[in-house]
Amino acid sequence: MSKKYWETLPQGSVVLEAGSSAKFKTGGWRSMRPKWIEENCIQCMFCWMYCPDMSVKVTAEGKRAEFDYDYCKGCGICALECPGKKGKKAIVMEEEGK
Amino acid sequence: MGTIVAVTGNEACAQALKQINPDVCAAYPITPATDLMQRFSSFVNDGKVDTELVLVESEHSAMSACIGAAAAGGRVATATSSQGLALMWEMLHIAAGTRLPIVMPLVNRALSAPLNIHGDHSDGMGARDTGWIQLYSENAQEAYDNTVQAFRIAEHLDIRLPAMVCMDGFIVSHSIERVEYIDDGDVKKFVGKFKTVHPLLDLDNPKSYGPLILTDMYHEYKRAQHEVMTKVPGVVLDVAADFEKMTGRKYSLFETYRLDDAEMAIVVMSSAAGTTKDIIDQYRDRGVKIGLLKPRMFRPFPFQEIADALNHVKAIAVLDRADSFGSYGPLFSEITGAVMSMKSKPAVINKIFGLGGRDYLPVQAEQVIDELIQVAETGKVEAIKEYIGVRE
Repeated sequence: MSKKYWETLPQGSVVLEAGSSAKFKTGGWRSMRPKWIEENCIQCMFCWMYCPDMSVKVTAEGKRAEFDYDYCKGCGICALECPGKKGKKAIVMEEEGK
Repeated sequence: MGTIVAVTGNEACAQALKQINPDVCAAYPITPATDLMQRFSSFVNDGKVDTELVLVESEHSAMSACIGAAAAGGRVATATSSQGLALMWEMLHIAAGTRLPIVMPLVNRALSAPLNIHGDHSDGMGARDTGWIQLYSENAQEAYDNTVQAFRIAEHLDIRLPAMVCMDGFIVSHSIERVEYIDDGDVKKFVGKFKTVHPLLDLDNPKSYGPLILTDMYHEYKRAQHEVMTKVPGVVLDVAADFEKMTGRKYSLFETYRLDDAEMAIVVMSSAAGTTKDIIDQYRDRGVKIGLLKPRMFRPFPFQEIADALNHVKAIAVLDRADSFGSYGPLFSEITGAVMSMKSKPAVINKIFGLGGRDYLPVQAEQVIDELIQVAETGKVEAIKEYIGVRE
């Protein structure tokens, strides 16, 4: 007899596959979208440090790269913490779909 | 085989834990369980066990540390009472839902308010829906034997659920009784080597415990959790059979006493069952056909087996050492659940007794039997739920 769906679940809801949360894209939760303005960026990497997820990408050379919008939930912490250059922010929040 | 000693229930349970030698114990003191873990901590201090004893800052932390240690892949135990169990509340559900076979002697004690340190079943009954297996013990011997068996039951690979071993606070935990200890080697052989399942410390195979499971799968996980509970009675009986081979002491899902030809039955758990058996003997001498059923396994509750055992009686008195305010006693609700499936519908009455350590006296058992005789004769129940031994 074939097993019912609930009989196939792993014991105690343990997740046996490492790093499987990457399969769960959370970017769809976002209503505000961070925009990176490269000319105002001083490469302080505050945004990378403050991001509660891992949505600020870094190049092989250790430089700031584009946002990973598959996981960015639009919390805006990066934009808040961004010191920018000469009073101009390198990250601004924009409404999604505009 | 074995050693006969004079010890308290707490001492006997500490001895069982010493013989089993768990990998980790995380504990916080609370009357009347303090003495149990205090004795065990002496074993740790004296090098009698290899256990890592974690002295935490609360029972919430005690159960949290036990959960972490069990997930890491260790054999884990702790002990508590009353408010301590209450403070563990959310972690109890996590231990069961995560299928971690933690064993915990629960020295039953009343809950505040008003503050009271003495024995009743309010704590254990409050935790009946947490997903833990619950075994209740009548005396120190049973508390010791149940602790040894609990490890085998909880750790069985078809089960892997946490288990509470309950005994009445002070009445059992602090009274010296004759207890037969099993030899260390036999206990070790009986519980066997601990088998890990998905240990966190297996670093070559990383895994995650405690994920977020929302509307798409939570319902299914709970369905699966119930299914595991349905396998527990079979394992409890298998373990009891092996235990009997080793010790000659017989255990089951419940104990019956002079019940086979009885017309009336008293259902009561833990230490009060002993007093009740004495009074039943006195009534039997006078030709009154009265017997007793003492549930040992309260979770999962063996409805069908108990229904079969009580099927022939005309009247049942269920004695609860805990209350559900605005409802019946918790044991009564289960017994009436069992009665539901019976063709014969015996009359059932509920007596709340012994709250906050109030003595359960022989005269109370006599009153209950006298009333049962009336109920069996007339089929009439005056009041379903009443309090006995209450000052009026």
